[in-house]
Amino acid sequence: MKIAVTSEGSTLEAAVDPRFGRCKYFIVVDTDTGAFEAVDNVQNLNAAQGAGIQSAETVVNQGAEAVLTGHCGPKAFRTLSTGEVKIYVGVEGTVREAVEAFKAGKLQASENADVEGHW
Amino acid sequence: MKIAIASGKGGTGKTTVATCLAQVLAETGLRVRYLDCDVEEPNGHLFLHPEIYESKPVTVPVPEVDREKCVGCGLCAKICQYAAIACVKKKVVTFPELCHGCGGCARVCPAGAIREVGRGIGVAETGRSCKIDFAQGCLRVGEAMSPSLIRQVRDIPTGAELDIIDAPPGTSCPAITAIRGADFVLLVTEPTPFGLNDLALALDMVRELDIPRAVVVNRHEDENLSARKFCSERHVQIAAEIPDDRRVAEAYSQGLLPVIALPEYRPYFLDLWANVNKLATGTPGKEPA
Ligand code: SF4
Ligand code: SF4
Repeated sequence: MKIAVTSEGSTLEAAVDPRFGRCKYFIVVDTDTGAFEAVDNVQNLNAAQGAGIQSAETVVNQGAEAVLTGHCGPKAFRTLSTGEVKIYVGVEGTVREAVEAFKAGKLQASENADVEGHW
Repeated sequence: MKIAIASGKGGTGKTTVATCLAQVLAETGLRVRYLDCDVEEPNGHLFLHPEIYESKPVTVPVPEVDREKCVGCGLCAKICQYAAIACVKKKVVTFPELCHGCGGCARVCPAGAIREVGRGIGVAETGRSCKIDFAQGCLRVGEAMSPSLIRQVRDIPTGAELDIIDAPPGTSCPAITAIRGADFVLLVTEPTPFGLNDLALALDMVRELDIPRAVVVNRHEDENLSARKFCSERHVQIAAEIPDDRRVAEAYSQGLLPVIALPEYRPYFLDLWANVNKLATGTPGKEPA
């Protein structure tokens, strides 16, 4: 399956970006093959509003079934849930570590947004 | 005639100037209306003590999607400038609190699946305070769509000869919405470095809107040199200089209009009005284009 990790850089060694809507990149990883692709999110970095919603649309359009990030606001959460994407918040470390933790089943999907807006 | 009272930041005494001017001019027999467009924090009523005759809910149109009809094409999400409607996996999600009510999504929907419903953002109230016609907008707490409400308050029809618009502070959309369409703008400032810095931004905004303008310096001490120098450099006239006076603050804190509590302040506002008339008709001292 494909998962998207919010990232501060374009490689697997980059740190997980704690922000969902305004993260610098999404690293979209295929957990079966280990192949990955960095998707630039700059356009949303400066969005006046709705960054979380548009980031969520990007993730869904990339075909990801899960998102690993630091925090996720309610609007992004609703959009991701509608797009049948599972959300994992509170994720830290490098992108590679996050993906390993996910594959090892150490992460738990959230039921709700963990912050109020603007992430 | 419509004059807007604005300021680059809050707390400059904008509402004091607006309400005092309304009071003094109403006493001269002019039919005046005071409009409180500072809808996030309308406080003119604290001094004018109006009797409210009518309170109307104000709504913005937001989309409601009929899931049976929706074909999941995503065109609505594509056209929306405000990310207020998203389409993922052929399912539409709406965020009414972000919607500006432009109607774009309903127009492009090929399936006729979108209809507009009203979302309440606040109330527009009208009434009367002694000799002054009164109107104000009160925005719901936490609501972001203040320009829609401001527009509705600003455009309430009137029989008054003079509208005095108390505009929201700042230089963003709400302030611009309140000021647009005014014949003259008075920018209230304090003569401090911070005050003048915000005044510079506010002047740029009014210049951009191309509306005749002048400055009211509030709470100045001694000779008011810094504000005078600033205004002469920026080629803008000072329409009034109101001294710092603890008694004005005291009247204010008791909900009294300074011009009623301290009648010696009336001439300041009569002069202010005379200056506005001079400047508005383009006679002496109009700034160079
Ligand atoms: S009415 Fe305009 S702002 Fe509101 S959702 Fe539709 S396109 Fe977006
Ligand atoms: S434009 Fe109309 S049909 Fe297309 S996704 Fe939006 S609501 Fe559905």
